[in-house]
Parts: sequence; C-alpha cells; structure tokens
Amino acid sequence: MSLLSVENLRVTFPTRQGPSEVVRGVTFELGRERLGIVGESGSGKSQTGRAILGLTPPPGKATADRLEFDGIDLRNASARTWRSLRGSRMSMVMQDPKYSLNPVMTIGRQLIEALRYSGGGAAKAEAMAMLEAVQIRDPERVFRAYPHELSGGMGQRAMIAMMLVTKPDLLIADEPTSALDVTVQVEVLRILDGLVRDRGMGLIFISHDLRLVSSFCDRVLVMYAGRVVEELDARDLSKAQHPYTRGLMNCLPKIDDDQRPLPVLERDAAWLE
Amino acid sequence: MAGVNDKVAKLEARDLDVTFRSGRDVVRAVRGTSFAVAEGESFGIVGESGSGKSTVLRAICGLAPVSGGTIKLDGRDLPNPRDAAFYRQVQMVFQDPYASLHPRHTIDGVLSEPLAIHGFDNREERIEKALTDVGLGSDFRFRFPHQLSGGQRQRVAIARALILEPSVLLLDEPTSALDASIQAEVLNLLDGLRSARGLTYVMVSHDLAVVAHMCDRLVVMQHGRQVEELTRAALQAHRAETDYTRQLLAASEGYTPA
Amino acid sequence: MTALPTPTGGSRREWLLTDRPQSRRQARLGQAYRTWLAFRGNWLAMLGLGIVLALIFLAIFADVIAPYHPTIGGDLRTERLLPPSWEHWMGTDGQARDILSRIIYGARLTLLVVTLVALIATPIGLLVGTVAGYFGGWVDTILMRITDIFLAFPRLILALAFVAALGPGIENAIIAIAITSWPPYARLARAETLTIRDQDYIAATRLQGAGSARIIWKHVVPLCMSSVIIRVTLDMAGIILTAAGLGFLGLGAQPPQPEWGAMIADGRRFIIDQWWVATMPGLAIFTVSLAFNLLGDGLRDVLDPKARK
Repeated sequence: MSLLSVENLRVTFPTRQGPSEVVRGVTFELGRERLGIVGESGSGKSQTGRAILGLTPPPGKATADRLEFDGIDLRNASARTWRSLRGSRMSMVMQDPKYSLNPVMTIGRQLIEALRYSGGGAAKAEAMAMLEAVQIRDPERVFRAYPHELSGGMGQRAMIAMMLVTKPDLLIADEPTSALDVTVQVEVLRILDGLVRDRGMGLIFISHDLRLVSSFCDRVLVMYAGRVVEELDARDLSKAQHPYTRGLMNCLPKIDDDQRPLPVLERDAAWLE
Repeated sequence: MAGVNDKVAKLEARDLDVTFRSGRDVVRAVRGTSFAVAEGESFGIVGESGSGKSTVLRAICGLAPVSGGTIKLDGRDLPNPRDAAFYRQVQMVFQDPYASLHPRHTIDGVLSEPLAIHGFDNREERIEKALTDVGLGSDFRFRFPHQLSGGQRQRVAIARALILEPSVLLLDEPTSALDASIQAEVLNLLDGLRSARGLTYVMVSHDLAVVAHMCDRLVVMQHGRQVEELTRAALQAHRAETDYTRQLLAASEGYTPA
Repeated sequence: MTALPTPTGGSRREWLLTDRPQSRRQARLGQAYRTWLAFRGNWLAMLGLGIVLALIFLAIFADVIAPYHPTIGGDLRTERLLPPSWEHWMGTDGQARDILSRIIYGARLTLLVVTLVALIATPIGLLVGTVAGYFGGWVDTILMRITDIFLAFPRLILALAFVAALGPGIENAIIAIAITSWPPYARLARAETLTIRDQDYIAATRLQGAGSARIIWKHVVPLCMSSVIIRVTLDMAGIILTAAGLGFLGLGAQPPQPEWGAMIADGRRFIIDQWWVATMPGLAIFTVSLAFNLLGDGLRDVLDPKARK
C-alpha cells in the first residue's frame, strides 16, 4: 500500500480577474521512496507540497478527489487530526531556515518542544542524537545556540533535525538546499538519502534543479503551469518524451559541452491543455 | 599569473585586499587576489557564498573599501572616489533583478537617468535602441518594474548598464535568480552583446557550468583567497589542481551517493 | 515618441489600466488611477475624504454659505445665548453671534493651520531624516541628536514657550506647532532610508555616476514619501487639537477670530446652562479629527506596501 495518494489535486486562488488555478489536477502515488517534483517558478510545485500538508495559504483553496496519507483521509481532516499528523508523522523543510526557526528560542528548546508535542520521552538525549545525525560537529553548542548564531548551512541542518526528530513517515522538502553552497548541499542530501534508506521514510523533494533532482530521486514529476506534464524514472530522464522536459534539460549550460548559443525553451500553448 | 603579457591588460587587480570594519569587528573579505583581464576577454570568478567573489566586483566599482593592493583600468590607477569617466567605461549588472530596479520608476526613467547624468544627446533614440538591443520592444518603455517578469527585468538591467556604452561589464551572478530556461536566454543575450560590441566581461557566479559556458578563463575563490586559476579547456578536461575545485566540479554534476 | 491616442468615453478606463502604456503621462496617470481604485474600495476612508473635502469647500465659500457675520453679533439684549433653532441652527454665543457661521469661518483657520504645519514640518522632517539616514556616520549622529532634543520637549509646552516668546496669535501658533511636529517624520524617514540605501537599485544608480543629492531626491525621497504622508495625515488630528488647545488657553487665535478651540474656551462659562456654545465647536473638532484619521488609515492601506494584504 502506498504511503500517500493524491488524485486530481487542485489549488485555487481568488484574484481580481476571477479564480486562478495554480495546481490543476495533480495525481500521484508515493511509496517509501524519493519522489522529485521539478518545475520552474509558478509551475505550482510548492503549492502542491503545501496542499498535501493542508498549508495552502488563505485565501487559497485546495480540493482533491482523493488525498490519503497512510489510510487517513486528509481532505476534511479536523484541526485535531492535523495536529496529530503534522510535525510527528509528516513534516516539511522549507528553503530558508530563517523563516522556519523561532528566532527567540534556542535550537535545543525548539527540538524538545517538537518532541513534546508528539509525545516523545527522554527529550534531551534524543535531540542531541538527532543533531549528531544531521552531521552537526558540535551538537552541544548548537543545542544552546539561537538561530541567528548559526551559519546558513548549520541553520538548515538544525531545521532538518527539527523536522526529523519526531521520525516522520513523510517529509516534504521544498528547495531544501538551494540556499546552501554546493559543498554543503551534498551533505544535506546525504542525510535525507540515509533517512529514506534506513528508516523507510517517504520523501517529496521539490526543486527547480532538474540535474539535482534526476541524480538524487528515484522518480520525477515534471510540472508545468499547474499540471504534471511528465512522470518518469529518474534514470530515464535522458529519454524524456515531453518537449518541456527536454527543453529544460537542454537549456542548462554543460561544462563538457560548449554549445552556443544555448538552446532556448520554446513554450507551446498546447502544453497548457 | 596574469596570462596577458603582450599588452596592457584592460582591467587588472594586484594583491587586492578588502577589509570591512564595523566597530571592533574586522572582516577580511578579500585577501591578496590578483588577476588581469585582456580587452575583449571574458573572465570568471567562481566561489561559494562568503568567498569574496562579489566583493571583488564591488571593490572595482568603489562600492567596497579597498585596504590594500591596486586596481588598474587601461594601465592607470583608478581615482578614488571613482569619477564620471570611470562609470562610462565600467558598468555592472546585479544579481537580483527584483532588487536592482527602483520600484517607483518606469523603465523609461531607469534608462534616461544615466543619459541625463552624463549629458548624452539623442536620448529618445538611445533609449529605443537600448531596449531593442536587449530584445525588449518599445512597448516596454513606459512600464513599471512590477509589470515585468524576472527575465525581462534583468534585460532592463542589462540595457541600463549598456546605455552609457561602457567597454567593461561586471556581471554579479546575473542569472542566479532566474529560471533555467530564462537563464539560457539571458546568457545568450550577454554572449551576443559581447561579440557584437567587443565588450570585456568579468562574471561572478557560484555555478561552475555557467562560468565555464561564458568565460575563457576563471579563478576559483574560497574564504576570500584565490584557490586556483583555470582556462575553460582545463575545466572541460577536468584538470583541476586543488581538492576544492574538484569538489565544485563534482557537485555541479548533481548528487552522487557516498 | 508615438503620438498619444486620444482617450474617449468608455475606453478611458482601459487606456488608464493598460499593461503597455505608450507615454510617460499615461504610465503615471495609470498608476494614480490604480491607487485611486484601491482607495475607493475602502468606504471609511472615502467618508474621511468626503469630510475633508467638505471642510475645504466650507472654507472656500464661507462668505456665501454662512448665514450671518462671524464676528459681528446681533442684538445683545435679545439674541444672546439662543438655543439651536431654525434661525440659528447651532444657537448663538455670549456675544449674540451665530455659532454655525463662526464654525464655517473657523474652517478657514483650521485648514490654514493644518496646511501650513504640513507644508513646513513635512519637508523639514523628510530632509533631515533622509540626509541623516543616507550619509550615516557623524552627519547622522548630529542630525538625530538635534531631532532628539526637539522630541524631548513636551509639544504643547514648547509651543507655549514659543508663543510666550513671540507673542500670541495664530501665525505664531502655527510656527510653534510646526517646529515641534517634524521630529517624528525625520525619524520615520531615516528608518526608511536605512533600509533603502543598501538596496541594489541605489548602488546601481551610484554606479551610473549619480551624486548624493540626486540619489536622495530622486530615489530615496519618493520611497519615504508615502509613509511620511500617511503619518502626517494621521497626525492632523493631533495638530488640530494642539491648535485648539492653544486657542483654548488664549495663546492661539485671538478674539474675535472664530477659532474652534477659542470658541470652546469662550463657551466654558456657560457650559451648564447653555451647553451648545462649547459643544458645537467641540463636535466640529471631533468630526474633522476623525475624518483625518480615517483618511490616513485608508492611505496607509493603499500606499504602504508593508500593510498590503
């Protein structure tokens, strides 16, 4: 049985010109695997991730024919059900840790708080273990530090620790590494990778970086203007059929291949259908 | 180290130091960087955040405090503060097109201001031409930045930099805030403008592939120091000498499981 | 430049709202029209605007509208302290003058105070604030310490001191209020300037060879302007009240000028038996102050990007 199934997910925002649909009928199943969602800005990839966690910002509205997490129907979930799920069984890592960590609380307290809400026991030991697991070299110091005292990469790792300390079954990572330097990025990805392999966590990895997603994930959904235009195994990316996917891949400059001018993505109105 | 000995370099930095002081804090953002860029060459600076790569560009323009070393343009030391003649020679394109255009000025206002400052004539034609050259029609002339997409804004920023007809363009991560497909369009535009006008580029980026595509030669910076200087050919053949450059090269190809 | 297409009838709206304006004028008008559309949606702000416009109308046409003379009263034996009636809608005061007429003429004084204070205090505040914020360092220190000195005086007391030194009168009251009301605008403008001056678009302008004066005037001031205008509008109520307070203490407008504060002071003697003498000008002050507050709130919703939802 799959961990998460989404059928015909739609997210609509009201605007002065009438409702605007930013996610238009997304359907997919997620097992205990790494699923990548790739698309450009405005493709609806982030809103898809938020809708799954019931975090569509008002006045937006999310609807679906089916939105099930581990057999629980999320569509009309009560506030109580959400509280029991978010944080403890499903989590989200955002792009910028600065907005997701409480600036006036130490990392340690935030970790313990997160544990308490999900009913954890020996809090401090567990929190420290988690900080070590995300490759923080000096967990004692980070435990006592406030978010602003940490560097970008350290903050991002602390945030991932926070999201993972409750051992969620599903993690949605929205551009978790694009604010990080490439060398740190690799480490963060290794941590996520390990969690999927060792704990059987389901991971949705949302990114604009096709090259990164294809090398990191098992399966890739390519989104364009609110729709999934192509779904394929990551290793088959070079065999992609849809002209949008191919265009996205070709327009990236490559070190070994000195093609100029770079091929430019020609958008086709028919892709919107 | 400077691969151009036969003639005077267009732009040259020697033992450049940049130090920021605020109160008792002293941050040495750039430490002893040297490079020379020939006329018409495209030169790249690669590094991660905090490597000092953008600070080098800002120091050239007089936006960052130089605490040691020299910067020369056409073999002459730069006046401090920079004068009007310098700004007609050297212009810069900033990283974030959402932050580099004044929110209350129309595109027309953005483009006419430099012309007014430097007393150029034929302003109408120059503005129309600048917009056409960067692939925007005159339709865009009286719009506000918020009516444009990120790629269109960056084109406006490029038009603004080129309207004074400079010979050197400093590019500070000009595409890192843009989508991949838009990045390709902007890189092609920059490439075309350089060959058409014989411009000299100094481009800064964290993306090795982008710099390799745009630049003939590049230096890698880390923690304010120059780590390695490479040519495009060396990069394509993966002939990196230092571990750090090799790490960057590996990361640019995506994720490899440990 | 392309010739302007003449806007006609129904297409005027489209001409204003187009995404591709063809001239500077069209771009500017279109921007103003969008702001107006957003403002129009807020009915409380429209109410405030309506009252302020009515005040301006009253002030301009006071000679025509006012039924009686504002300073020359009627028969002191028969027409003193008459309650509101059809002849005198707001009654008459202790000198047999029609209160409604005095309030209508008083609109001129109120408007004069408000306009002059805004015209004196806003530019001073903007200039001091943007210059201090833009240059920083010792310029900032000196300018802001001067601002602090002015801020440290209680407003009414400093105004009192000025009036005591310069002699009572509406002009001196205006100068006194203006001198004490610019420091908050300077602080506001400085805070805004500090966030603006490190933006890339300022650096880009500097790289084009623009001098400090041009950058402050053309790039920084337009961005500080909206928050300062909002603040000034919200302060209008306070300015009117200070002017009225000075009038009440006998240090502002001098009798027989129909200043609202002085009118309340005048009616104080009769407040138990002839309530309308003090109440009517009080209501006028209340209404106009409220109107400026509503207008200011509406402007904030439209002009201040931070408050926008």
